[in-house]
Amino acid sequence: MIALKSAERRYGASIAVYPTTLEFERGKTTALIGPSGCGKSTLLRMIIGLIAPSSGTLEVDGTPVNTFTSQQLRRRMGYVIQDGGLFPHLTALRNITLMAQHVGTDPAKVSSRVAELCTLTHFPQEALGRFPVELSGGQRQRVSLMRGLMLDPDILLLDEPLGALDPLVRSALQKDLRSVFEALGKTVVLVTHDMAEAGYLGHRLVLMREGRVVQSGSLEDFQKRPSDAFVTEFLTAQRSLVML
Amino acid sequence: MRNSLRVFAISLALASSAPSLAGAQTVAVGSKKFTESYVLGEIAKRILTEAGITATHTQGMGGTIILWQALKSGDIAFYPEYTGTISEEILKLKGAADRSAMESRLKAQGIGMGPELGFNNTYALVMRRSKSEAMGIASMSDLKSHPNLRVGVTPEFLGRKDGWKPLSARYGLSMKDVRGVEHALGYAALASDQIDLKECYSTDAKIKENDLVVLKDDLGYFPQYKALFLYRLDAPTAAISALAKLGGTIDEQRMTAMNADAERTKDYTLAASAYFGKVARKEAEGKSETTTQIILRTTKDHLVLVGISLGLAILAGIPLGILAWRSRAIGAIVLGLVGLVQTIPSLALLAFLIPWLGIGTNNAIVALFVYSLLPIVRNTVTGLQDIPSPLRESAEALGLEPAAQMRKILLPMASRSILAGIKTSAVINIGTATLAGLIGAGGYGEQIQIGLSLNDTPTILRGAVPSAVMAVVAQAGFDLLERAIIPKGLRLTLAKD
Ligand SMILES: Nc1ncnc2c1ncn2[C@@H]1O[C@H](COP(=O)(O)OP(=O)(O)OP(=O)(O)O)[C@@H](O)[C@H]1O
Ligand SMILES: [Mg+2]
Repeated sequence: MIALKSAERRYGASIAVYPTTLEFERGKTTALIGPSGCGKSTLLRMIIGLIAPSSGTLEVDGTPVNTFTSQQLRRRMGYVIQDGGLFPHLTALRNITLMAQHVGTDPAKVSSRVAELCTLTHFPQEALGRFPVELSGGQRQRVSLMRGLMLDPDILLLDEPLGALDPLVRSALQKDLRSVFEALGKTVVLVTHDMAEAGYLGHRLVLMREGRVVQSGSLEDFQKRPSDAFVTEFLTAQRSLVML
Repeated sequence: MRNSLRVFAISLALASSAPSLAGAQTVAVGSKKFTESYVLGEIAKRILTEAGITATHTQGMGGTIILWQALKSGDIAFYPEYTGTISEEILKLKGAADRSAMESRLKAQGIGMGPELGFNNTYALVMRRSKSEAMGIASMSDLKSHPNLRVGVTPEFLGRKDGWKPLSARYGLSMKDVRGVEHALGYAALASDQIDLKECYSTDAKIKENDLVVLKDDLGYFPQYKALFLYRLDAPTAAISALAKLGGTIDEQRMTAMNADAERTKDYTLAASAYFGKVARKEAEGKSETTTQIILRTTKDHLVLVGISLGLAILAGIPLGILAWRSRAIGAIVLGLVGLVQTIPSLALLAFLIPWLGIGTNNAIVALFVYSLLPIVRNTVTGLQDIPSPLRESAEALGLEPAAQMRKILLPMASRSILAGIKTSAVINIGTATLAGLIGAGGYGEQIQIGLSLNDTPTILRGAVPSAVMAVVAQAGFDLLERAIIPKGLRLTLAKD
């Protein structure tokens, strides 16, 4: 379980995330939503330790993150970002297995794990030898997901993993993601702009606005018991988008 | 990567096998950058060798100041000098100085004066015979009524205490067109009617060769320029007494003949051997270096200079680039400093390093190293900066240690930019390394300098052409290396952009 205790992040005078207390339940998928610039990525970066909170703390399974070395912490987490963040000079396979090889995993185990992940994410094995530039956007996203899952982390952090994809590929990947999450039962934090995607993938939704959490709960909670006018506005805007 | 290491190792091995100029038992002779000095240096080397002393001769190191500094710092133990230069330029004595006055002042600086060799190579003014006869000019006083004559004297003579300005004052000259022209080029300009008057040394071979007239110094303006060897008082006694045997053995005629021989054959060793008799001259002719041998030898020297300095620049430049990229403050300092040294003119840098590193290979390598740094450091920084931030973030988020991130992700991604920086450095380095010829570090510059001092185009080309070829080959080599070093995936990505 991940817990933020009054965690705050400032950049100079501006505040990206106000002091926030929030828990992400073990084995559950939480969807972080909100308008652009509201602090979603900042929150995710704090969890994986790419940036430190300016004040407050962050705990993973009851241990403050500052007691881990950041490498140990990161190896317990998978991180998938928009466009995949794949290294252009490495093949898909090397991108996926880079970390496993670095920590000295048995090669036989590595290849059976890769095969397993290909099945799980519906990625064609024969494309493993290609470089990122030679893959489609959807394939790149699948490779990135495999890379995040390779070391079987407890926690999976996804920052708009489907942001740059066309609607058809996007919906196919949404289905795949949901089945992966269900099959693996990991603690997942997923950032998205899209309310429908959040509702489809997340057990729980957390809506942010200008660095603050506005409401958290199930999609039904949001629809039936919006905490303020902004929530209703956000839902309406998203719905009218869908109707277009 | 491994290949470039191997090249570097080979360069190191070559360098350590190159003769050291400052060995304990070795006596180093230097010479100035004109024919007569080269020849005298060669004679001294041979005299010493025949006396059983290991001797080296660093040819054509530069002008008076450089030789004097090298002698004082101990880089060389002997060099040929002229009495007039010692009193006017080195000791800055007023009026006519006698030998004992000069000797005592030199002694205070740890320097001794050998016996006079015999000839007086004083300055004189020369004109084409046709012009001098047409205008009826035979002495320097006759110049007074011809202010329109075009004068081309060496830059050194323009600035000397006994040079052009005091001369003009003494003879009341008011020439309108006075220019600084290098010595050998000045003779060419005189021969082709570009100038009418220049200064010369009275033993210059060109006087006879080009049928020039030496104007009479009717007011006795020029001091005596008797040739002799200056030496360090702490030089081996055996060496000092061996060179003392040269005293009174070379008169004007003999020196002029050897100078002419040197200019004709372009081989100073050969010309110097005439001092040791006709048989020695014949023998030396057989040993004279062929063009191929010269090119092979200078190529080896040039490769050592370029290989070591570039290797060191790579070893230092990439880490400096990484450091500069990591911290903005350090980056500003590093790039500022490296950029600053780049703006020092190469000749000035070489001169600046002489007090610390002396003359020769070490000095040249340090200077070349300094010039090679900037492109490598700058391109390392740019290469790293150009990595998109999501990729840097991914590398960090994976949980790779900083060193592993650098090795496995960041440096490979920056490799194209870094390699381009190294290529630029290599090409600049190969060209700049020809300046090593100015401080006796060998390489292609040696031939270029000799050629310039003789105004001999084929000799210049013997240095300039191989240097250009080496630059082109290096360029092509790096293009091949690019295919080997830059990861394929990166090349595909860059090609697509
Ligand atoms: N390195 C930084 N320096 C200064 N300000 C930053 C930095 N990173 C983020 N911010 C600011 O913090 C705020 C939150 O940014 P963040 O990236 O978390 O937004 P987001 O919710 O992920 O937006 P989006 O949906 O557009 O990705 C923004 O106002 C952003 O400009
Ligand atoms: Mg974001």
